[in-house]
Amino acid sequence: MRSPEAPSLEGLVAEAQRVLAICNACRYCEGYCAVFPALERRLSFSEGDIHYLASLCHNCGSCLYACQYAPPHEFRLDFPRVMAEVRGATYRKYTWPGAFSGLFGRNGLAVGLAIIAALVLAFAFIAAYAGPERFVSAWSDAQGSFHALLPHDVMTGIFGIVFVAAVALLGVGFARFWRDMGEKGGELAAASAAEAAHDAFTLKYLDGGGIGCTYPDARPSYARRRFHHLTFYGFLLCFAATCVATIYYYGFGWKAPYPYLSLPVILGTLGGIGLLIGPPGLLWLKARRDPELADPRQGGMDVAFLVLLFLTGVTGLGLLAWRETAAMGTLLAIHLAMVLALFATMPYGKFVHAVYRFAALARFHLERRRPLDHTAE
Amino acid sequence: MQPFDPSRTWDVLVLGGGNAALCAAITARAAGASVLLVESAPIAFRGGNSRHTRNMRTMHDAPLGPLTDAYPEEEYWQDLVKVTGGLTDERLARMAIRETERHVPWMIAHGVRFQAPLGGTLHLARTNAFFLGGGKALVNAYYAAAQALGVAVSYETEVVDIALDDGRFASATVARAGERHAIRAKAAVVAAGGFESNLAWLREAWGPPADNFIVRGTPYNMGVVLKLLLAKGARAVSDPTQGHCVAIDARSPRYDGGIVTRVDAVSLGIVVNREARRFYDEGEDFWPKRYAIWGRLVAAQPEQIGYSIIDAKSMGRFMPPVFPPVKAASIHELADALGLDAEALERTIAGFNAAVRPGTFDHTKLDDCRTEGLSPPKTHWARRIDTPPYYAYPLRPGITFTYLGVAIDERSRMLMQEGSPAANVYAAGEIMAGNILGKGYLAGIGMAIGTTFGRIAGAEAARHALA
Repeated sequence: MRSPEAPSLEGLVAEAQRVLAICNACRYCEGYCAVFPALERRLSFSEGDIHYLASLCHNCGSCLYACQYAPPHEFRLDFPRVMAEVRGATYRKYTWPGAFSGLFGRNGLAVGLAIIAALVLAFAFIAAYAGPERFVSAWSDAQGSFHALLPHDVMTGIFGIVFVAAVALLGVGFARFWRDMGEKGGELAAASAAEAAHDAFTLKYLDGGGIGCTYPDARPSYARRRFHHLTFYGFLLCFAATCVATIYYYGFGWKAPYPYLSLPVILGTLGGIGLLIGPPGLLWLKARRDPELADPRQGGMDVAFLVLLFLTGVTGLGLLAWRETAAMGTLLAIHLAMVLALFATMPYGKFVHAVYRFAALARFHLERRRPLDHTAE
Repeated sequence: MQPFDPSRTWDVLVLGGGNAALCAAITARAAGASVLLVESAPIAFRGGNSRHTRNMRTMHDAPLGPLTDAYPEEEYWQDLVKVTGGLTDERLARMAIRETERHVPWMIAHGVRFQAPLGGTLHLARTNAFFLGGGKALVNAYYAAAQALGVAVSYETEVVDIALDDGRFASATVARAGERHAIRAKAAVVAAGGFESNLAWLREAWGPPADNFIVRGTPYNMGVVLKLLLAKGARAVSDPTQGHCVAIDARSPRYDGGIVTRVDAVSLGIVVNREARRFYDEGEDFWPKRYAIWGRLVAAQPEQIGYSIIDAKSMGRFMPPVFPPVKAASIHELADALGLDAEALERTIAGFNAAVRPGTFDHTKLDDCRTEGLSPPKTHWARRIDTPPYYAYPLRPGITFTYLGVAIDERSRMLMQEGSPAANVYAAGEIMAGNILGKGYLAGIGMAIGTTFGRIAGAEAARHALA
């Protein structure tokens, strides 16, 4: 199903400017997060400011429930939704190449096609290289059984290229965004970056000012932060498992599959468990969230990314569980396809929120040290 | 729970749904009473003017939560005497003041969170405890706490009559979804606010100028309960022209504009009326200490309108208002844009500029920038208005709440005309704030009064009902 057309950037900027002027005159939400102290530094809001503030917003919802001007008040102030809509525009505007920005609007379709393409590629390659019978025949757990299906250098080559390309494309988005916020390239000072990393790794601003954020409904809760931690750290642990395995292979010549108590398997198992619980938890919360908080056009993108993360985790754990059975060949093909699809779609899906949020947090810490050029007293 | 079960007699019926009503309902329920709270507003607009508040002026002898330093009872009391000109009941006022210190832990226990003072309000860091997220967050926390305790709540429920004979409450008749219900209770807490949303009543009190007033607060305070109580023999306090009335942007919505409608530019420039004449010392004192008199000052001007005028030097030196200023390259153009007599405005500003004495401008203190030989003078922060572009904000009187109310005693019991307390009626919040606020306003004292007498009224009503 095709998502409804996104609103024009001009219209979004105008609505954000209206909303931000009300917020700047009110300021009651200042204690909830970084967005409000950041907006209070300004007397007017450029488009760059609006992209910055939107990516600083974690969509926790606390300000909406506290807002005396929230709908049905005639000011119709729905801060989290406006910021969510702007983030959608941010992703489209700063993605590179720009011709791919349409992928955000039809993200469910894009991710689905990527999964299918990756599956076809994985099965076709293994069938051609090792023979189709390998999908249904038993394999011993002897070192190197995986690579009898897929040579290690081929795997490293494909994933390496996709990974480096994804990082480069995300880096271009980051640089464009950073420049439009009005910051110079060299100003991402180490201290600000470290503070931003701290905020990102702890999800500092998913806490509603210290009581838990009002998500999915008006009752403050830490559920979203916890599920996000499971997802994020699950992903990082899986990534770490892959890195360690690569070092094992090239550094020591140890070939996968590794024993159950080896570092890559322990990291991957813990990460897989995180991805087994985190993404479904976030999807479960998302299904229950107040529709006022959401930009309905981004539902497909959010769901596609979470489903793909979940599939990556599940197929990884499945491969671990049944790697000594006849199903190993099939499971390996499916798991590698999921990982490939995940990295291939990374620059054109929900993952990009991490890039812009980090940039916004770093900018926040950079900016808050500077003296104000006006007094708001 | 069936709020309108005709066979039921509640221990405590709370009329109203703002801070004072909630404090009373929570306290009475915690004491073991069955409690029904009826709120006239729909759920989205529940909470009366508490929805628009942001802090409580709080006494403390040592740093307390977000509050710095100390704000002793005596200083608080003297601040109140200054703004009311002594039109206050010292016994009740000191009760409200003293209790605030004890409210903070009670509020936290019921879900309210505090935060450091908001940007632009550092001058209140010592005296006023700010609620995280403001008054609506506080109201949300209290409704959640009340309902968790088992308080029954009925929204969109209007009081239409009260059975009150010889100072004894028997029942209230309410209307909900077109149906009327009689609700019996052993005790009643009246916490239904003033009458500021009732334009007809404001006109009765103020005459035609009321037509130019803007109601900064809730549209739901029609004064229905207040009127019924006064008609049935309650003793009135204060008078219907008194209230918390500030000068706000003339372009604000008729109701419910709240905090963002304020214009904090006044003390930086001059204010003229329809005739382009100044009418009061704009630099008399710090704006937070003077904002509450400017509503009445503007109300006294022709057509109840004023214009705060500043030049480029002052732009960005005050909290940004929600509406953009009227901007012009010359005073003449500014007058045209405002529909004022251009020559008159030029004369006023030329006269003002000529009267400004040299001084060292400092908006953070009562500086020495003043006028000489000008009437009315500007005694601080007087700088020539000579640097284009020029800016103006139109001002109207903005009513937050009215002070006409019912008299109470120190147990929050409503007093009848002859001076004896009603047997089982307790009043809290705006509906009795006039006992303490005869005139003027002190930022954050409304929440202090509502919380103190809300808690007392709830405790007393429960004690009476359970005796």
